[in-house]
Amino acid sequence: MSTLVFLEHHGNELQKGSLGVLAKVASLGAGDVAAVIAGEGARALAAEAGKYGASKVWVCEDGEVAQPLPQPRVDVLAQVIDEGGYDTVLFANSVLAADVAAGLAARLDAGLNWDLVDVELRDGELVGKRSALQDSVYADVGWSRTPRLALFRAGSFDATPAGGGEPEITDISASYKEYSTAVKLVGQDAEESSGPSIEDADVIVAGGRGLGSPDNFMLAEELAKALGGAVGATRAVVDAGWYPYSAQIGQTGKTVSPKLYVALGISGAIQHKVGMQSSGTIVAINKDANAPIFEFSDLGVVGDLHEIVPKLTELVRQRRG
Amino acid sequence: MRIAVCVKHVPEGPTRIDPSTKRLDRSGEGALNHFDANAVEEALRLKGDSDTEVVAVSLGPQKALDSLRKALAMGADRAVLVSDDAAAGSDLVATSRLLAAALERQEADLVLFGQQAADADGAVLWAAVAERLARPVISQAMELSVDGGSVRVKRQTEFGYDTIEAPLPAVVAVSDAINEPRYPSLKGIMGAKKKPQDVLSLADLGVDAGAAGEAGSRTTVLALGDPPARADARKIEDDGNAAQAIVDFLAEKRLV
Repeated sequence: MSTLVFLEHHGNELQKGSLGVLAKVASLGAGDVAAVIAGEGARALAAEAGKYGASKVWVCEDGEVAQPLPQPRVDVLAQVIDEGGYDTVLFANSVLAADVAAGLAARLDAGLNWDLVDVELRDGELVGKRSALQDSVYADVGWSRTPRLALFRAGSFDATPAGGGEPEITDISASYKEYSTAVKLVGQDAEESSGPSIEDADVIVAGGRGLGSPDNFMLAEELAKALGGAVGATRAVVDAGWYPYSAQIGQTGKTVSPKLYVALGISGAIQHKVGMQSSGTIVAINKDANAPIFEFSDLGVVGDLHEIVPKLTELVRQRRG
Repeated sequence: MRIAVCVKHVPEGPTRIDPSTKRLDRSGEGALNHFDANAVEEALRLKGDSDTEVVAVSLGPQKALDSLRKALAMGADRAVLVSDDAAAGSDLVATSRLLAAALERQEADLVLFGQQAADADGAVLWAAVAERLARPVISQAMELSVDGGSVRVKRQTEFGYDTIEAPLPAVVAVSDAINEPRYPSLKGIMGAKKKPQDVLSLADLGVDAGAAGEAGSRTTVLALGDPPARADARKIEDDGNAAQAIVDFLAEKRLV
């Protein structure tokens, strides 16, 4: 097996999700593992990729990939695969990576398995694991031929440095299709946010209707701050205008699997469940003892969150000093 | 202008995977994928009172005509269904091949998709179809406008809001935040029956059966199993000490 991992970066930082995929595949010990970074500042990040197990890093700083758009990256990956002879190409899900992966699948006529939560080697063959039907079924999936493409759910793997050495760094310049470079980014507004995004957070404190009012999101925000996490929201409260869309759990690309998920006043409707059920540990507080969320929580607390959460925040603060 | 909207007929109610085929059981009742209703709505909004034609396109069993008729009842002008036994079990590459073949014949200026399929949770098809059509693609659109020969989209990513432009013809996937889909009126429902509804086979599209279904797919389902159970789930009633109980629980799990 010869694997290429698509590493996404924002500013001067490689995204944790894609480093997690790199570390995971490197830990399988199955053949060469390389990475590709495309965009402004790619070269400066190449050495970092080595620490997570890439023995070779392809970097592309062509003007065509300066903007975070998918199609020119398909051109870059197609060329890297052609030159490097990779039979496996892995991605960590994001708005950008999903479009790159699917475009590449069509370009190469290659199989893409998406929403994978794990991967393993079985008799030398790569086997992906994904959940289906609202996480009620787990499927082992494979590829009938190479190249194999896979897109992993956000938070599937920890980005733990694998103790690799200095990678070999190779510059690459692609030839771009006319349609690949037709899309232009004409404006960009950064989201005002403090703390991690819900894709990157190890801890998410999410609020639903049971918070009672938009002002009560303060309770979720303060608990999230105490735990060092991010704030999420259900679709119902986002639709009601209580909290920004960017925090919605369950929308595309916002399937999250943090180590800890705290659900405040969330009943556990199916769309929400799909978005968070693969979280490590789930704690739910709800005054309705029959709320569906309790069926998939590790710890369910039946009670008034307005009384419990401020006390909980204070206790967490004390404990973390 | 012509807008093609890709829609999927998805199973309704409790769904199961057929253990013999390892495919989703599509024998029961189905409905228009609700995320695709946002794409239909957006096409109708762009059409307004103009002479723009809105074509709903689907790939699926004969029953998928029900979902296409819903799109027609909402206001689409005609429908195209690609339906062929040999297409069953198509994965992403095979589906994108068939859909692109159907779309090529429509010569649409704009191809719209909804943000995901409610049955398979897939949220990638548009990028594969755009690649096969050799057209620019923009996903996650939460605002969309067409001005002359180009489309302008505002969208949200993990890092903020992007404003993106592409020349037509283009492929755009809309987010479910873009609009509130209308309900078909009784008049719309009655009128839908009379609107053109073409059903095309693979042969009609000039696609070889070997390029569709399992033969044309590159991924396989090896085995199905139960999800890992949540061990030791606990439920407590707040007796005034719940906050402490939660902290103890988190400490035990080394999460705090």
